[in-house]
Amino acid sequence: MDNLNALMDGFAAILTPGNLLIALIGVTIGTAVGVLPGLGTAMAVALLLPVTYGMEPTQAFIMFGGIFYGGMYGGSTTSILLNTPGQSSSVVTVLEGFKMAKNGRGGQALATAAIGSFVAGTIATLALVFVTPVTVQFAITLGAPDYFAIMVLALVATASVLGSSRVRGFASLLVGLVIGTIGIDAVTGQQRLTYGVAELASGVDVIIVAVGIFAVGEALWTAARLKTDAGSVIPVGKVWMGKSDWKRSWGPWLRGSALGFPFGAVPAGGAELPTFLSYITERRFSKHKEEFGNGAIEGVAGPEAANNASAAGTMVPMLALGLPVNATAAVMLAAFQNYGIQPGPLLFEKQSALVWTLIASLFVGNLLLLVLNLPLIPVWVKLLRIPKPYLYAGILFFASMGAYAVNAQPFDLFLLLTLGLVGLAMRRFGLPVLPLIVGLILGPMAERQGRMSLQLSGGDLTGLIGGPTSWTIYAIIALIALWPLVGLIKRRAARDRVAVAA
Amino acid sequence: MKFHRRAFLSAAAAVPALAAASACGVTADDAGGDGGGPLTGLRIMVPNSPGGGYDTTARSIARIMEDEAIAKGIEVFNLEGAGGTVGLQRTVSESGNGELAMQMGLGVVGASYTQNSEAKLTGTTPLAKLVEESGAIVVPVNSPYQSIDDLVAAWSADLAGVTVGGGSSPGGPDHLLPMQLAGAVGIDPTKVNYVSYDGGGELLPALLGEKISFGASGVGEFIDQIDAGQLRVLAVSGAERVSLVPDAPTLVESGIDLEFTNWRGWVAPPEIEDADRDKWIDALTAMHDSAAWQEELEKQGWTDAFVTGDDFAQFLEEQDQRVADVLTELGLA
Repeated sequence: MDNLNALMDGFAAILTPGNLLIALIGVTIGTAVGVLPGLGTAMAVALLLPVTYGMEPTQAFIMFGGIFYGGMYGGSTTSILLNTPGQSSSVVTVLEGFKMAKNGRGGQALATAAIGSFVAGTIATLALVFVTPVTVQFAITLGAPDYFAIMVLALVATASVLGSSRVRGFASLLVGLVIGTIGIDAVTGQQRLTYGVAELASGVDVIIVAVGIFAVGEALWTAARLKTDAGSVIPVGKVWMGKSDWKRSWGPWLRGSALGFPFGAVPAGGAELPTFLSYITERRFSKHKEEFGNGAIEGVAGPEAANNASAAGTMVPMLALGLPVNATAAVMLAAFQNYGIQPGPLLFEKQSALVWTLIASLFVGNLLLLVLNLPLIPVWVKLLRIPKPYLYAGILFFASMGAYAVNAQPFDLFLLLTLGLVGLAMRRFGLPVLPLIVGLILGPMAERQGRMSLQLSGGDLTGLIGGPTSWTIYAIIALIALWPLVGLIKRRAARDRVAVAA
Repeated sequence: MKFHRRAFLSAAAAVPALAAASACGVTADDAGGDGGGPLTGLRIMVPNSPGGGYDTTARSIARIMEDEAIAKGIEVFNLEGAGGTVGLQRTVSESGNGELAMQMGLGVVGASYTQNSEAKLTGTTPLAKLVEESGAIVVPVNSPYQSIDDLVAAWSADLAGVTVGGGSSPGGPDHLLPMQLAGAVGIDPTKVNYVSYDGGGELLPALLGEKISFGASGVGEFIDQIDAGQLRVLAVSGAERVSLVPDAPTLVESGIDLEFTNWRGWVAPPEIEDADRDKWIDALTAMHDSAAWQEELEKQGWTDAFVTGDDFAQFLEEQDQRVADVLTELGLA
């Protein structure tokens, strides 16, 4: 209950008109940065650092908190409306989000993303209040074998979303894995598949692949069929969520939050993995399986909740250990140090008032985000009324800008176009896109953790098996793999009984 | 609410203090070189992500230059990629541009080899070395190693079993330190089991969770965990002991012939006008002489290591050669 009292003091400290204004500025900037492709929240916070030197630390962190949450939310807008993910954590949102927009349900997609982000942000911030010490203890026990087990779990789960044709699904997965191996190998420092091209040495950025395959690929595909389908404008239906939308969103929001928070809180977790797992979970357990791939609201609600919950989760190691697990947290840490505050194991004791004010400001920022964004949805959705040729021209423009902004390398534009052609070919030949993206993100992570496990065990294969946490995960994997078999045996037994009875 | 007041007061106090500093000698005219007031139109490139060490250094310097009226409207921008060599390539290709400087350090020297970059730091115009930081050999508090001797004995006996972690990829400072340490104690560096973590953020939990035998890092990186008694420093790698961890001996004191420091500095594109080079060096000198910079050094735990122009160029060449030797031996360059 001490925590609760401290949090109330935090609220008392920030609920002044001046602070609320700062929070509002923060979430507005955050949303804008999230919407503009290629601009990251880390960059926004870094640019604003000098501005905040004149403020009190509390006010600075109110602003940073707003930017942080705002950025996570804003990324969903371009994913849904323009098929262009602004950051890797909103790549999965594209899958169902843009399909919903094309079916005239862009408003509902944006709304479920906004409300889901709010719900997840609130739940995860509450978790931050109550379980930080426990989470941190657990996070430290995790090692490379445990992360490797999580990657294996994610890859096994992917098998369930390979699409109607297993061969095509695996082909797509392998293309993703191959793209993922491009660049310098982190363990040995050797170059792989770079063919002497210096720009490939640091690998291919996930954003460029996702934007190329999704946005450019889709634009080319649409252009290729424009002759037969020229005049049609994307319908814009009702903007608000109906009763069934609410009913179908609640579950994914809660499950997404539950997945996102722990991944954010562990040092090598990240925001991408929970969005995949959320999508895969929703797809597997949905009552509307047939809608997946054609704009299922669960596929937007879950991942968007997951990435916001993960954002809140990253605050756990930052505040409790002084560990920056992503770039934005790193800039915030630098800001802490600028105020002469040393984050780390002693922060909660030494600067508890500041910490609780920061946490309270996360709650307030989260609420402001919802208030700010819900009324904007009808405005955003109007974008879709633009006739297709112009709309897709705009998408291409945004996609190129976003891809260029990642590293400011002209080579990336060439890469974007090439990947766009790959995306076009995949659509033409019916290859599903999701396995490619999963392979691209999971492949390098799994490889790194797997090899790290082996390094840590001195090359002994048992090093891969790890400890209790990884055993639990492998047990879950076994369950997933064996479940269909159990069903099969049951059905066979039932049939035998019927046969005997007859 | 003590900290609010303290931070507020120091911010308020900083302004008159800075004004006083510039009144006694460090004037805008001195800094400008040609006597035309604060410099304008300067751009500083940071070759890695916002929030990293280079970024913090560059932005602190830019802020102090603004506050001291040495320069006005400095633009600091990040151009990430390939361990800093994307930025290096850009700097080299901006030949003759007198308005651009690049923040760099030992990590970029290493990356220019491991990333097979055509651009090398020896092809730039060195401006100044600014700060340096001693490295540290750290172990979890429950580790059996009480001294660097314990560690070296165990390490020599079991090369695969003793794992060393660092927050940089091969070629970075945390990698170069254990490799040079191995060389100095007669261990074959190619046999060292080095686990590369993605920055200090990933290295710390591995140390706390005792996943690795020891870690190599900058001495300031885990100071809070050291203070809290969760980590132990076996040795620092610089020439002298570090005030943050006064009890930790240097490697030389421990009988190992190795001095290793990470450092950061600024370089400019090649073939710039002498006047431009002098302009930058004067501006950095004025910045270095300010009270605000001394305050910043203390706050960030950086060691002053100010060297400019030709001396820095010579230093850079030596470092380049040393890094090239280590990485060639490892087959990485």
